[in-house]
Amino acid sequence: MSNEMTVAPPPQPAEAPQPAKPGKPASLWSDAWYDLRRNKVFIIGAVLVFLLVLMALFPSLFSHVDAYNPATCNLANARQGVTGAHWFGTDNQGCDTYSRVIYGARVSILVGILTAVITGVVGGGLGLVAGFYGRWVDILLSRVAEIFFAIPAILGALLILSVVGRDNSQKWGVWVVVMALALLAWPLVLRIMRASVISAKNQDYVVAARALGAGSGRIMMRHILPNAIAPVIVTSTLNLGVFISAEAGLSFLGVGIQAPTISWGLMIADARARFLSAPEMLLFPALLLSITVLAFVMLGDAVRDALDPKLR
Amino acid sequence: MRNPSVETQGLPARGAHAADEPLLAVDNLHVEFHTRQGVAHAVNGVSYSLNAGETLAVLGESGSGKSVTAQAIMGILDMPPARIPAGEIRFHGTDLLKLSDKDRSQIRGQRIAMVFQDALSALNPVFTVGWQIAEMFRVHRGMSRGDARKKAVELMDRVRIPGAKQRIDDYPHQFSGGMRQRIMIAMSIALDPEVLIADEPTTALDVTVQAQIMELLAELRQESNMGLILITHDLGVVADVADKIAVMYGGRIVENAPVHDLYRNPGHPYTKGLLESIPRVDLKGQELYAIKGMPPNLLEMPSGCAFHPRCPYRRDECATAVPPLYSISGTRSSACHYWREVFDGGSR
Amino acid sequence: MAAHGETILEVRDLVKHFPLTQGIVFKRQVGAIKAVDGVSFDLRRGETLGVVGESGCGKSTLAKVLMALERPTSGSVTIDGKDIGKARGSELKRMRRNIQMVMQDPYTSLNPRMTVGDIVGEPFEIHSDVVPKDGRRQRVQELLEVVGLNPDHINRYPHQFSGGQRQRIGIARGLALQPEIIICDEPVSALDVSIQAQVMNLLDRLQKEFNLAYIFIAHDLSVVRHISDRVAVMYLGKIVELGKDNEIYEKPSHPYTQALLSAVPVPNPDGRESRERIILQGDPPSPANPPTGCRFRTRCWKAQDICAKEEPLLQIRPGTDHLSACHFAEAHDVVHAQ
Repeated sequence: MSNEMTVAPPPQPAEAPQPAKPGKPASLWSDAWYDLRRNKVFIIGAVLVFLLVLMALFPSLFSHVDAYNPATCNLANARQGVTGAHWFGTDNQGCDTYSRVIYGARVSILVGILTAVITGVVGGGLGLVAGFYGRWVDILLSRVAEIFFAIPAILGALLILSVVGRDNSQKWGVWVVVMALALLAWPLVLRIMRASVISAKNQDYVVAARALGAGSGRIMMRHILPNAIAPVIVTSTLNLGVFISAEAGLSFLGVGIQAPTISWGLMIADARARFLSAPEMLLFPALLLSITVLAFVMLGDAVRDALDPKLR
Repeated sequence: MRNPSVETQGLPARGAHAADEPLLAVDNLHVEFHTRQGVAHAVNGVSYSLNAGETLAVLGESGSGKSVTAQAIMGILDMPPARIPAGEIRFHGTDLLKLSDKDRSQIRGQRIAMVFQDALSALNPVFTVGWQIAEMFRVHRGMSRGDARKKAVELMDRVRIPGAKQRIDDYPHQFSGGMRQRIMIAMSIALDPEVLIADEPTTALDVTVQAQIMELLAELRQESNMGLILITHDLGVVADVADKIAVMYGGRIVENAPVHDLYRNPGHPYTKGLLESIPRVDLKGQELYAIKGMPPNLLEMPSGCAFHPRCPYRRDECATAVPPLYSISGTRSSACHYWREVFDGGSR
Repeated sequence: MAAHGETILEVRDLVKHFPLTQGIVFKRQVGAIKAVDGVSFDLRRGETLGVVGESGCGKSTLAKVLMALERPTSGSVTIDGKDIGKARGSELKRMRRNIQMVMQDPYTSLNPRMTVGDIVGEPFEIHSDVVPKDGRRQRVQELLEVVGLNPDHINRYPHQFSGGQRQRIGIARGLALQPEIIICDEPVSALDVSIQAQVMNLLDRLQKEFNLAYIFIAHDLSVVRHISDRVAVMYLGKIVELGKDNEIYEKPSHPYTQALLSAVPVPNPDGRESRERIILQGDPPSPANPPTGCRFRTRCWKAQDICAKEEPLLQIRPGTDHLSACHFAEAHDVVHAQ
């Protein structure tokens, strides 16, 4: 039988050549990295994310005012509007909005990354097991996942957080929000990983490994995981933005992050009543929230294009 | 409703033969693909011609440009990434490449039709096969539903699908591979095309089914005096059905010959190598002759003759000068500087 | 032809049925795909047994069962006196050293995320006592050299090689554990015509060098003839004819074999108009519901009442010198030796 790649209409550049990229011995990962570095969307997204992470780690680099020090607030300065001393104005307590927005990045980034990592590891791990072993393991895990999947996300999170209660939320901080979001989001990752594993496990190279006598562990870790994980990386990156906006939403509704921790969602909630008289109070945290979500979505899109061009 | 006998202006009438002009002639065709890695020169100056009732086999392996040439004739190349920088495709003497999209679509499928390798993906899975065949008549011939359906049954009979009447409302997946290929053929000959291009029509099929399909194609060609272009890599299939052969390598024609001449006495080292590498009974147990090296990368085509890195007849000249198609006789030509040596059976 | 040694693989009454089930939670079996349905043969050291047949005849399932990638429904596959179909755990792992495979598609049979060195070296990681750790890299490079690849390319990835080179990588992997038996499942059919001969020659050379026994599964009859000492013809899960290569090719006695041979296009146009051609009607029946008696009878021009009632056994028939499963077996040369 022929090796011809033209199988059917619509015709593609059928007899397409082997990619001959510069910088020879190249794994598929480094090929993807090569593509990423040449992608403008990735560069913009990555620079933004880098700045945001830097902001989360070292807020003092961006603001000389320590937003967590109550001494920096002055009730007399409340809702002052944009001034030379307060670039983004001040809030109801007379605290500097600019420094609060900068310090608020930490919570958002932390919730986003922690939730994405936890859902990635838990959902990915269980998806790998479900897809690889199939049969009752798959049925059990898939059914459990479907139960969680059926819960409307915002409603579920509201419910969990209101049951856990404000006191616990204060004590455990971001972890409560992270766990609530992760609990609802892992089934999505499981499903993606499971599908990806099932298609990888029927590949000839897996059969070849079995014929060599490779055990389940080796087949899963060496052959299936590296070939199945790309969609999970893509989804997790895209989800990061979703988790960040979810945290803001929950905090806005009063069940997420609790004061005195600074969160963009809380800041927006504080600002909403005074929107007409002091729009800058709402505008700046909302703007940074949007930029953050956008940055992760751009990053996710670029990663998807690089890892799996077919999904575009 | 459109009267089928009225041809669009500027297009040649059916059966109107210009003197000295073959039914279909590809002349110095070039096709390139613009990819991220660079420009792939898939077809580099291909010329061949086809007369009515004739079977031309285009023989080549993957990357030889044989399918791309066919897609260019059909006008189904995606442009971009494909580009046709030079060349003509003359149908009854009219250059198809100069026609408007509208005129082109009058020819595609109606007067030049194509059968693909993978019938399953070429058929629409959500419509019955009868509906898909009948649609050809409804759309292009303006027939009523009932008439079109009757024609569809006739056509299914003609390609010998058993129980056509009963199976007309079945879906493509309910047919076997060979039957699906028959349905594809039925659709392609529905409008009595003058040229039928079959791109590896039997590659996905078993030998016994392959024999059925090749027999069917030969009969249909004879009945309606179609010109048939058979694109394949299979030296056996070619020997069975072709009248003449164009051998392609690296986007060029390397040899043109009538079928008997080619097998008896190849005129190009590549053809010769292919023929010699066929396992033969009398040479069992011995090492097969193998062409060394591998097919060229379209992005980094060898200089001069594309075959020279693999060629046993190679001289210095071959790496610098692209060999033209030297005429060996009235019907034969070879793109080898040293065709005489190959032809005379000179030693490798 | 070299004299062949003792039997190293013995297949007896091998059956592999894939159950067809209905229902999701409470599955009940409603039938079975009889992919392999009672196959017996021997393989001797250093010998090549060709297996030909069309898609759906069970030849690929046979390969999987021989490799213990699928458990047989019944019957035995005995290697060195042990039944690989019943072996488990470490015993199975040890038996695998002796039987390896070369797969059809060189594009999907190599893990795209592993380097060539990792792919060819994986057998040594799995069977860690074969070659000590510090000798593995050198052994992998030797293997690459044996199959005609540049040993310096050990750190490259599969996508940097052409189809023919990838097939060589697959062959090197199959050779690593020094098996006595290699199952080649359509090893050249995915390759370009000009590359097929190279890979055939390589397989031939390796067989002589290492005294390998091959089971060579293919649909290309001329390729099978070139490499095989004996040939088995399969139809719908059964062997219908089995004999030495010239017995099968020059004196085929089963109608299916005759039809198969006559349908193969001969790469020589001379006399094509007068060549005898048996064109079978229709397609093979479904292996889920094979015909009673002889499975070929629905397409056979010789079929009579007995064919529907009585299943013809694979045995030497009067007037022939090799095994044939046809009540009306009769030697008939359909392809005259060119």
